[in-house]
Amino acid sequence: MTNTIEDRLAGVALPAGLEPFAGVAAHAPHLASREEKHGRKIAKSLEDAIRASGLKNGMTVSFHHAFREGDKTINFVFDTLATMGFRDLTLAPSSLLSCNAPLIGHVKSGVIRRIFTSGMRGKLAEAISNGLMEEPINIHSHGGRVNLMDRGEIAIDVAFLGVATADPFGNANAVTGKSRCGSLGYAMVDAARARCVILLAEEIVAYPNAPASIRQDQVDLVVAVEQIGDPAKISVGAARITSNPRELLIARWAADVMEHAGFFEDGFSMQTGTGGSATATARFLEQKMRRKGIKAGFALGGITGSIVDLQRKGLVGRILDTQSFDAVAAESLASNPDHWEISTNYYANPTSKACSVDRVDMVILSALEIDLDFNVNVITGSDGVMRGASGGHSDTAAGAALPIVVGPLIRSRIPTVVEKCTTVVTPGETIGVLVTDHGIAVNPNRPEVADRLKAAGLPVTTIEDLHARATSLVGTPQPIEFLDKVVGLVRYRDGSVIDVVRQVKG
Amino acid sequence: MKIVREALAGTLESSDLLVRIAPLEDGLELVLKSEVIHQFGPHIEKVARDCLARLGVTQALVVIEDKGALDCVVAARVQTAVSRAVDEWTPDWSALS
Repeated sequence: MTNTIEDRLAGVALPAGLEPFAGVAAHAPHLASREEKHGRKIAKSLEDAIRASGLKNGMTVSFHHAFREGDKTINFVFDTLATMGFRDLTLAPSSLLSCNAPLIGHVKSGVIRRIFTSGMRGKLAEAISNGLMEEPINIHSHGGRVNLMDRGEIAIDVAFLGVATADPFGNANAVTGKSRCGSLGYAMVDAARARCVILLAEEIVAYPNAPASIRQDQVDLVVAVEQIGDPAKISVGAARITSNPRELLIARWAADVMEHAGFFEDGFSMQTGTGGSATATARFLEQKMRRKGIKAGFALGGITGSIVDLQRKGLVGRILDTQSFDAVAAESLASNPDHWEISTNYYANPTSKACSVDRVDMVILSALEIDLDFNVNVITGSDGVMRGASGGHSDTAAGAALPIVVGPLIRSRIPTVVEKCTTVVTPGETIGVLVTDHGIAVNPNRPEVADRLKAAGLPVTTIEDLHARATSLVGTPQPIEFLDKVVGLVRYRDGSVIDVVRQVKG
Repeated sequence: MKIVREALAGTLESSDLLVRIAPLEDGLELVLKSEVIHQFGPHIEKVARDCLARLGVTQALVVIEDKGALDCVVAARVQTAVSRAVDEWTPDWSALS
């Protein structure tokens, strides 16, 4: 037997750092057996997966929030991490919602030490606003989260990603199987960047699973779980068309603004978001597109059934979907080749090689407050307590040719138009138009838009006038009292700090 | 006007308020709960007390549960509650407007 490596390499001085061949499995031990080769990623339990991930105290863990209020992954994993005795973890999900209230206990017990999130609601948000955490939380936009990852500030050690189906290699999606949330746009960036990716899969299917929203070459471990989330709780009232006359008025004017502001040409692009007025705007837009004989080139963002409906009628070319907001959107993503799943890096990261928000003509945005400089607050309520999310607000406002904020002038007794926002999330310089039920205000930095809307006979006034109307209706609110302690840092999409949230007083 | 029985006015819908009024021997007591108490608490109390004063109500327990109602709604609900809690409803309309 002379045909050996030793023989072939005999007398050869290998260059420094090179080693002789030692068998196919020398550096890939799983190749030694077929069973190991095919099954090595499958963990018997979440605990096994966590142990295999190498997670240690003080590390960073991440999640996606595509199930919104129906999420069953974050709390489940944290209960397990707490039982296993982990401490001082950084929690970096794409966002948090009211359903994450059980995390309060894990902060108190020291399991969670820092939080990065797009937003938060409910009891967790109240507790943090009241000073629960020692370190302030970081609030980022969807695009800004990817930016923070690429800058190394959010360095994910272990990503726990809930998926409806995965094969044993980790090809996974949420458009097949039981709990279908549709797009995994949030999770895709974690899968591409985390040091270790653990999939929590409701169903493990035969290889190769398709579509592979998350791919086998990104995934370390796959663990079967009972339920990752309840898709029925994703919907944010998107499926219904509002019958509220105030929302309909705002929607009609918002559609009028879209028609007359100078961007309503064949092939235009839009993002309409969710909520009563936004959904109804899409409906009003349909008539205007038919009348003018034009189609939208693409629709972007959080996708609802109303956008899918427009596409089915031939009025929208492609849909770029980073979050499916209802079952209709998830179903369309599964079956329609012109409905694409995109990551938040593709969607909105300002330092991505290209992000789609930069191609959008008009975006409909919401606001908890908008001030005389058009700065927008979507994170704190008028009582100073956090109750919202940054989301794609500042991303789309910066990217779109014409960002349009819609909202009622007052909500019960709370004015939407205020002198100075409680918290600034989106800088006013990026906002083009405000549409309220009492009239339309155009940012003075867009005089050409104001001229076009006035020429179309729309009720254009100034934001100062809208503020005066709000004040005449509700009076002047007493300023909220805050303590000095900073409980939240509001990060702009480029990572800079645009505002801080302080602890509310008692 | 003398409050002789318990009465209610309003609802707990958003932008409305529920006013409960009841007889009380020693003075006027007003309890206010409001969703916007931090921003408008003292103001809402003043609107309610002004309205009671104009109606000549000086002895009553008034409990208000406010859901962000505007001043005109606060006044209207207080007036209505009083009208239901008295034997003779003879308001001085010109003083109320």
